[in-house]
Amino acid sequence: MLKILKYSFYDLMRSRWSYVYFLFYLALGFVLLFLNNDLSKAVITLMNVIIVLVPLIGTIFGVMYFYNSKEFTELLLAQPLRRSTIFLGQYFGVAGSLTLSLFLGLGIPFVLYGLFRSEAIFNFALLLITGAFLTFIFTALAFNIALSNENRIKGFGYAVLLWLFLAVIYDGLFLLSLIVFEEYPLDTFSLVATMCNPIDLSRTLILLKLDISALLGYTGAVFKKFFGTDFGLLVSLLVLLLWTLLPIWRLAVKSRRKDF
Amino acid sequence: MIHIKNLHKRFGKNQVLSGVELSIKSGGIYAILGPNGSGKTTLIKSILGMVIPNAGTINVLDTNIKNHWRYRKEIDYLPQIANFPSNIKVGELIRMIKDLRQKPSEEDRLIGLFGLEPFLDKKLGTLSGGTKQKVNILLTFMFDSPLMILDEPTTGLDPGSLIQLKKLIREEREKGKTLLITSHIMQFVEEVADQIVYLLEGQVYFKGTIEELKQKTDQVDVEHAIAAIAMQTTDA
Repeated sequence: MLKILKYSFYDLMRSRWSYVYFLFYLALGFVLLFLNNDLSKAVITLMNVIIVLVPLIGTIFGVMYFYNSKEFTELLLAQPLRRSTIFLGQYFGVAGSLTLSLFLGLGIPFVLYGLFRSEAIFNFALLLITGAFLTFIFTALAFNIALSNENRIKGFGYAVLLWLFLAVIYDGLFLLSLIVFEEYPLDTFSLVATMCNPIDLSRTLILLKLDISALLGYTGAVFKKFFGTDFGLLVSLLVLLLWTLLPIWRLAVKSRRKDF
Repeated sequence: MIHIKNLHKRFGKNQVLSGVELSIKSGGIYAILGPNGSGKTTLIKSILGMVIPNAGTINVLDTNIKNHWRYRKEIDYLPQIANFPSNIKVGELIRMIKDLRQKPSEEDRLIGLFGLEPFLDKKLGTLSGGTKQKVNILLTFMFDSPLMILDEPTTGLDPGSLIQLKKLIREEREKGKTLLITSHIMQFVEEVADQIVYLLEGQVYFKGTIEELKQKTDQVDVEHAIAAIAMQTTDA
């Protein structure tokens, strides 16, 4: 698997889009630090960007890479390689290179600004870890969609819809249901609903760590009450891990049965 | 070498293979023929494990290939359309496949044979169809495996390269290898093939030598014999 990973990774590292992505984060990091003049505030602003943008990039890159490397995949399928090796190798290549762009793009400006001498370092680290999780989750979901849809346009459409649903529509429905059912106890419901959406979960996770009650919102407050800050962090990290592993597992299983 | 029993494959509503029975002994060149859509490529891809059959068993070199992948070490496969990743260079692709297969290879001789030196630093996306096919052939013939599967190997080749290809194919046969070849060029089939396997409507309709085929159909040349098979069945 490492060989496939290596080739996919190199392939992406040579592609223009990896640099665009990297440079975008680099610019974003510098601009935020310049405007905020404060590491902690920059971390919060960054969170709002990362939580929406990272899943979008992961989804689009995942689908695009899968369809574009169809020829490469077919070439590999005739070689003495296990199928799951091929697909997981490609998946980790894409998710890995995206994560690297994120880490380097945001890491460089923050380190230059004096991250290591600041107390914000743990918040920043958590932000990057969440970003990495979101990249891995959404790339895996995108690979799953692409594997199940032979038609590129359909696959692309479904992937973007999935992102739109989880990033925007889900929150709307969630809020709406909170208003409609306000007569009832909603603690458990909102807990479960948050865990069912990796984007919401990441937001709650970071806000719990930042410990800003003003931004925490209803779910965050429920989370905090229910789990406490530290346990809440742990639970949400575990659920994020589950969110990563499930699509990867499905990818490995589905790829074994597909015809090429 | 290859034993196929009762192989069925369906794509959606389209039944492509319906009960293929085929035994291929070690050594010699087998031409797999049949009209368009008769399931030649599906049969080949099933042997390679790229297509998963709905029913039936395939044994290659005495192993049931279901859920196995190591047997592919013993197969060199030339795909029908040379679909390569377009943004890597010819030289890189050769190195990559060598790295993946971890077998001794003789790419230098073949690069010389097909005059591919000037293309080694070019990206695959910029090559012409014929040159891509040469790269395709090179990737298939540079390893030494007992079974070779060639799907339409003549596509896009100029006459000079076609002669080289035929020479290569004969060399491999003399080494005692088994080759499965599909082609629509009957002249090519007549020149190289020892046995013919004719697929029709998802089944093996005829298997035997070219002479037997001619006798069976009362024709003097292969092209007409093959066409006659198709006619006979439509009449029947």
